Amino acid sequence: MPVHPRRAADAASSETVRLQGVGFSYGDAPDVLRDVNLTLPRGSFHFLTGPSGAGKSTLLKLLTLAARPTRGVVRLFGEEAGGAPRRALPAFRRRMGVVFQDFRLLDHLSAFDNVALPLRLAGARTSTYAADVEELLEWVGLAHRAEARPPALSGGEKQRLAIARAVIANPELIVADEPTGNVDAAMAARLLKLFQSLNRLGATVLIATHDEALAERSGAAVLRLENGRVGATA
Amino acid sequence: MIRRSGRQAPILPREAGGEPWLAGVIAVLCFLACLAAAGAMAADRAAHGWARALGAEATVQVRPRVGESGATAAARAAETLAGVDGVDETEALDRKTAEALLRPWLGDAVLPDLPLPHLVTVRLNRDHPASAVTLGRALAEAGVDATVDDHSLWRTEVERSAGLITVLAGAAFLLTAGAAAAAVTYATRAGMAAQAPIILILSLNGASDARIAGLYQRRYGLLAAGAGAAGAAAAMAALALLRFVGGRDGITPALPVAWSDVWALSSCPLLAATVALVAARWTALARLRGHD
Repeated sequence: MPVHPRRAADAASSETVRLQGVGFSYGDAPDVLRDVNLTLPRGSFHFLTGPSGAGKSTLLKLLTLAARPTRGVVRLFGEEAGGAPRRALPAFRRRMGVVFQDFRLLDHLSAFDNVALPLRLAGARTSTYAADVEELLEWVGLAHRAEARPPALSGGEKQRLAIARAVIANPELIVADEPTGNVDAAMAARLLKLFQSLNRLGATVLIATHDEALAERSGAAVLRLENGRVGATA
Repeated sequence: MIRRSGRQAPILPREAGGEPWLAGVIAVLCFLACLAAAGAMAADRAAHGWARALGAEATVQVRPRVGESGATAAARAAETLAGVDGVDETEALDRKTAEALLRPWLGDAVLPDLPLPHLVTVRLNRDHPASAVTLGRALAEAGVDATVDDHSLWRTEVERSAGLITVLAGAAFLLTAGAAAAAVTYATRAGMAAQAPIILILSLNGASDARIAGLYQRRYGLLAAGAGAAGAAAAMAALALLRFVGGRDGITPALPVAWSDVWALSSCPLLAATVALVAARWTALARLRGHD
């Protein structure tokens, strides 16, 4: 029988993410994350900053269940997720949207099909999502590139496409790794507005970035990851 | 406004390298499997035909009484057996007919001096044939010293041989199906290894293992159905040619070809697709679960 996170249970929970004493290391290498304790309340908006190698990407991997913690507990939507069986992972992942630093687009699919991918994988028919995909492509300024494939897109276009794919299914949790790293300031501000809009609609947002100025300008809470620990919040 | 065609692009990219190779292998295997199946059907039909023919006749060897000629004894036996229930017709073989039967093997030189058995051919009723015991009893009651051979020994041998051929053909069919499954398994593994980054993206976007396995299952199932259709079509064409050129006997009476055999092969693509579906799904799920 498939295992699904129970929405009834998390309805009572006010936390989208809770990390307790989480540590992580790659094989026998020294710990990348040490005793990370972190809570993202439902509907919160956070930036995650820190120097290169601080473990930001690893932390995001744990949140997206692309990696399992070496120790500690990862809870998502009120459910234990870090040690959940493999068959339970798709249900968690369908409730989150992820923007990867390296975009992770499918080169053989058009921009339209890349954005529609999470919906298609969930079994939706084209007729039910085509208008939403078109609207979102319009919003991120890629309507004219809907039939283009990722290799034909610029870095900024790929990034916007990755963001569109991450938010198309109205996820409860949005995790983005440097989502404004390849776009100009105007587009960065526009994309930030998109994340803020989704946050106002109830999504919990965590954005990892080097751009501390952007984080400060946004007025959102900032988590600082240093030496494998979430050291301070601003 | 973006124009979308009704047809969705496949989620998995086409593999230009491996798929034509796999399609060729499956087509050849399907062709061989079809020939094995057709051979089994033909052998079974021939054996049953022979067994039926043997079962419809009995041969009686008559030993004349002292002072009685062989021909007279055979005629008396034929007359006796003609009145038995389950016998349609009897015929006493005269010496000339018996010599004609033996001439191809013995030649003319020795035949005139050779003592030949006095035989009666009995054609039995197809629906209610008289048994060897009934025939023997009737002859004994009529005072005819004779041995009845109902060909049961030969019939059993023919049926056993046909059964063996059918089992061998079935084994050949299963082996080719196994080889097709192995080829699909190998191709699925290779495809998944080459597309590991894509599988990761699908997984991170919420695809379950069953959904991903379903993509490979569909791909290789369709490929096997197409390749199987090509292989089956080639086998059907070859069989139809044999039936057309050779008539009911095909190339040899031992393997008579029927038009129904040709049509029976049309299910082969479905079987090939089923084998591929099962092999691809099982392989994909095993590989995905092995990554946990």
